[in-house]
Amino acid sequence: MTTLVIAEHNNEQAQASTFNTIAAASQLPGDTVVLVAGHNCQAAAEQVAKAQGVSKVLVADADYYVHLLAEDLEKLVVSMADDYSHILAPASTFGKNFAPRVAAILDVQQISDITKIESDDTFERPVYAGNAIATVKSNDSKKVITVRSTGFDAVAQEGGSAAIEVIDSTGHADTASYVGEELTVSERPELTSARVIVSGGRGMGSGENFAMLETLADKLGAAVGASRAAVDAGYVPNDYQVGQTGKIVAPELYIAVGISGAIQHLAGMKDSKVIVAINKDEEAPIFQVADYGLVADLFKVIPELNEAL
Amino acid sequence: MKILVAIKRVIDANVKVRVNTDNTGVETTNVKMSMNPFCEIAVEEAVRLKEQGVATEIVAVSIGPQQAQETLRTALALGADKAILVKSDDDLESLAVAKVLKNIVQKEEPQIVLLGKQSIDSDNNQTGQMLGALLGWGQGTFASEVKVADGKAQVTREIDGGLQTVELSLPAIVTTDLRLNEPRFASLPNIMKAKRKPLEEIAVADLGVDVAARTETLKVTNPPARSEGIKVESVAELVDKLKNEAKVI
Repeated sequence: MTTLVIAEHNNEQAQASTFNTIAAASQLPGDTVVLVAGHNCQAAAEQVAKAQGVSKVLVADADYYVHLLAEDLEKLVVSMADDYSHILAPASTFGKNFAPRVAAILDVQQISDITKIESDDTFERPVYAGNAIATVKSNDSKKVITVRSTGFDAVAQEGGSAAIEVIDSTGHADTASYVGEELTVSERPELTSARVIVSGGRGMGSGENFAMLETLADKLGAAVGASRAAVDAGYVPNDYQVGQTGKIVAPELYIAVGISGAIQHLAGMKDSKVIVAINKDEEAPIFQVADYGLVADLFKVIPELNEAL
Repeated sequence: MKILVAIKRVIDANVKVRVNTDNTGVETTNVKMSMNPFCEIAVEEAVRLKEQGVATEIVAVSIGPQQAQETLRTALALGADKAILVKSDDDLESLAVAKVLKNIVQKEEPQIVLLGKQSIDSDNNQTGQMLGALLGWGQGTFASEVKVADGKAQVTREIDGGLQTVELSLPAIVTTDLRLNEPRFASLPNIMKAKRKPLEEIAVADLGVDVAARTETLKVTNPPARSEGIKVESVAELVDKLKNEAKVI
């Protein structure tokens, strides 16, 4: 058995999710081979080759792989699939976009968002927004899987020395093309790999008021997140959203400010190690998952907290 | 241009889901069922494309038990022109659903297939992408904006880093994210009108599509419970607890 991991990267650097996915692959029998498809992506490939548990890195370099469109990645991964028993991708928007296409062409029922590996064919995954955990056995001869990052501690990014091999590209599909991107630029850590997250909800009242959460985040070296309500209200961009259909996070410390705690939000953060809730409504469901709850007006206590830290 | 919208009947988003006593699934008796919220957004987008004059006909499809008819009637009340129910009492996996939809697409020949990005029961996020691959079509997943002109669709997608825009040649697949639109409510006259719109029923077995299950659910359990927390009275107490008890700052 050999597992193929599809690396998520921006050509210069591998995303944290890649190392969580390699960790999941390391729990499966046999070697772990990582595919880095991209354009001028040597730096990302070299970074992956140094990670623990990687036996080989395959690089497919072509200009049309620069944005890793699902249609192109499908062709490439399907062309390689014969050599692998398991194909793993991060359960990020990157992995979710292309992995089901690969599964469909290979005639495999994909297992999405696994959080635990029980054996080479049996996996745990949350369903119903994390309100239930299903143990699923795949009877397909090949497994196509997406891996929830919070379920697997990332492998160390040093000490490894996997060989890097160049493989052939498989062409550009003319059905889809890249037009542009608007990416949020931030000096703060990435939400899905941050040690501390400060999140704001509808209670923040406006986008301007998020400034005080940013101050708090900077004091704690934290990332800033938000509930769906705050994103829908236009306070912050979509990539801040934590929840069932946004980002799934599990930091050491999650501070929920002015967030009521709808089940869809809890689904995205309830595996955090320590949860703090600050809300003026003492009946807010967020307090049911909080280790430390402070019933108070956030506009009074956040400045106090910023002072105290 | 014809648009096909695939919709799923699921446990209502506001129901507190409970694992059943024999750990085989979740409690579904006497539980409110509704159209999957992402599918509602897909129906709304199709209706808007028709209102813009881009689409001329909207076909809603659902695969499920007889009761999924109600979900299709809702889609008809919201503005779909006709509905197809592919009857299956078994809960089909997304690969099987994609194969059934491919069969329907080949008969109906839509230019765009709109689907929700995921259903809130299985949380798989697979069907649209699988259908795209099986048809050899391009896809715009997790859409927050869709523009259709000159035989192309420009789709803005919600991705982890922000937004990405792709251009798709038609026919194409679009899966909807939360902020694509805000679905309307069906008006009473439209609910009445929907009762007279055509709703075709097909048994899944009659399609000749392989829908056999590929996975087995061995068990379904409750997630680990969090131990009960405490309320603190002040910022000073909170900071003290985080520093000295939880040791996270």
